[in-house]
Amino acid sequence: MSTLPRACDLGLIGCHVCGLVCRDIRAPDAACPRCGSALHRRKSASYSKTWALLIAAFLVYLPANLLPITRTVSLGDVDDNTILTGVVELWVKGSPYLAVIVFTASIVVPVLKFFALGLLLISSRRRSQWAQRQRAKLFRLVEFIGYWSMLDVFVVALLTALVQFGFFSQVEPLPGVVFFGLTVVLTMFASMTFDPRLIWDGREFDD
Amino acid sequence: MTDENKPIAGDDLPEPVVQRPRINASLVWLVPVLAALVGLSLVIHAWTQAGPTISVSFQSAEGLDPGKTPVKYKNVTIGRVTNVRLGQDRTHVVAKIALEKSAQGFATADTRFWVVRPRIGLGGVSGIDTLLSGPFIGADVGESQEYKDDFTGLESPPPVTHGALGKTFDLQSDDLGSLDIGSPIYYRRIQVGRVSSYHLDEDGKGVTLQIFVEKPNDQFVTKSTRFWNASGIDVSLGADGLKVNTQSLATVLAGGVAFQDPAGPHDATAADENATYRLFNDRATAMAPPDGEPKYIRMRFSQSLRGLAVDAPVEFLGVPFGRVVSINLDFDEKTQTFPTIVGAVVYPQRLGRAHDKLVALAKARGDDEQMSQMMGRLIDQGLRAQARTGNLLTGQLYIAMDFLSNAPKAAYDPTTRPLEIPTTPGSFDKLQEQLAEIVDKIHKIPFDSIGKNLDQSLGELNKTLKQVNASVLPEVKTTLQGAQQTLGNANNMFAPDSQLQQNLGGSLQELQRAARSLRVLTDYLGDHPDALLRGRRADKPLQAQPAQVAPPSAPTQGSKP
Repeated sequence: MSTLPRACDLGLIGCHVCGLVCRDIRAPDAACPRCGSALHRRKSASYSKTWALLIAAFLVYLPANLLPITRTVSLGDVDDNTILTGVVELWVKGSPYLAVIVFTASIVVPVLKFFALGLLLISSRRRSQWAQRQRAKLFRLVEFIGYWSMLDVFVVALLTALVQFGFFSQVEPLPGVVFFGLTVVLTMFASMTFDPRLIWDGREFDD
Repeated sequence: MTDENKPIAGDDLPEPVVQRPRINASLVWLVPVLAALVGLSLVIHAWTQAGPTISVSFQSAEGLDPGKTPVKYKNVTIGRVTNVRLGQDRTHVVAKIALEKSAQGFATADTRFWVVRPRIGLGGVSGIDTLLSGPFIGADVGESQEYKDDFTGLESPPPVTHGALGKTFDLQSDDLGSLDIGSPIYYRRIQVGRVSSYHLDEDGKGVTLQIFVEKPNDQFVTKSTRFWNASGIDVSLGADGLKVNTQSLATVLAGGVAFQDPAGPHDATAADENATYRLFNDRATAMAPPDGEPKYIRMRFSQSLRGLAVDAPVEFLGVPFGRVVSINLDFDEKTQTFPTIVGAVVYPQRLGRAHDKLVALAKARGDDEQMSQMMGRLIDQGLRAQARTGNLLTGQLYIAMDFLSNAPKAAYDPTTRPLEIPTTPGSFDKLQEQLAEIVDKIHKIPFDSIGKNLDQSLGELNKTLKQVNASVLPEVKTTLQGAQQTLGNANNMFAPDSQLQQNLGGSLQELQRAARSLRVLTDYLGDHPDALLRGRRADKPLQAQPAQVAPPSAPTQGSKP
């Protein structure tokens, strides 16, 4: 056969933490004899966990966008902004670059993650062999950009700390930012629980 | 393929250990459930907090910001503008307002909405805080329970909010003047209320203003209170001079109403809500005693009435009694003259007690109460109307009704309507006469002869001066020349080199010499008294010098006696 053997084909299982190769005894609660971390051929219940976290992330993403995230008080003018109105305001008030950055970090990236993870989950479940290499790259991208998705939360935290001039200018965080943070955290968890090896599991032939 | 790879697996590979069972994977589904619950709770919260949505139409959407502009009642936010759109007929804008659940009661029939913007008017500054925070919609709720969700917004804040403590009164006026909704009401120059609304009377013959006087100052509005229009500067150049009446500067600019009780005894019980008052034009008219029923009288003057204007006062023995309402020329065919017919409205009640007594007397006599009979008696006693000068500067005339002791008998018909009061030439004519007299007197002064005499005298003076010039002045000249000569001689005489001076000098020298000899003689005699008897001794040869000086005269003189 032209296919190269996989660890599970050889009855082997590798420890994720210390790299020790053990024999696959097919027990659900196997642990590495050297470092004691759990052993599993694939991340256990990767599909359902990822799905669950992804759905949860999506659920909190709704209030994150609907609720205002900042309250800007300047000279008595109280202004509550959601993510989108903030972007619009930045654009209108003459900072289109900043608006693009915030829009990318707060809207494009989370939505991209939902789609990417969903795509990966569905295609892997169907053992599709379509564009596996690209899907693997997509997964790496999702993992990578996860770190950078907290931009909005940082902006709000920084503004709140820096802009405290009493009556003249003041920025307060509003509940929306908590939900946004939760979204980011949950999508990161979702991408963590997804096992990228599942992308390749449907593969019949290796070239 | 599994089978093929099996042999590779060595038996020396370590066996995994079996640990405690780990958490069931399905528990991870709690996370989305939790998220769903949180989301649901938010939705439910928002749903329960949402009150009715109402629409309010305004003239302009200026300052109304969808999603931002709050609706406030007593400065508590009760809703927010969610949407602003143009009305269908494009004459107004419709603001959709999402009220909060707690503000459900504001969607009732008598709620009023208005936009609070900074308003800097003559009456004051309001809504200054909205300069910074942006405009908001103010709300004022009534007591109605009837649901309503379509409102017409007010263009300016209502001057009286619901539940404000105080009383509302109606004022009737001929016109609105410079008053407006919100114009202040003053009591002793303290603002105690506002004009809350006004409307034309149904017959169009006046304006009714509704005013609101705040508690506790509403108690000062009594049954006999008088209201007057305190707006504007009331400059009147009447028969009684220049009068300028103002309230306060703000009132002058913005208009206002003042009220006060009349002086003297009056009914001081607090007025009822919605009592109706008359709004007088100025304080003087407001404070004047009640006019009572006006009567129309007519007067016929045969002289020019230049300076008499409509509204000129009619005075009865100096008491303002009425005013002139019409001045018309008439033509008398018999005399071919143009008499002036002056119509006036008089208020007999202004005479106060006099009027009461006269009426009582008339009743006692059996005359009717009408003024005609009464007037007839008064006219018999010499009552005459007279156009008098009230103001010499401006020449304003007023009508004075006075008793003239030497008045000629006048025809009076008590049955004519309107009453015609006989007149007598006014003081203005008298003044003219007096002026004419003065002019006459001036005329009589013999300016001609005075001038002539003065001219003669001046001629004489001229002659005299000529004489002086011709004869006296040359004499004086020669005299002066003589005097000058004399002075020159005197001058020469006293000059140092004159003969007189030299003679005098010589004489004085001689005298000096004589004196010296005398001294020598006396000295010699002092030393040699015997010389008187024996004569002078011979001089010693050594003492020749002194002897040379004195002896020549002394011995001779001394030897002689």
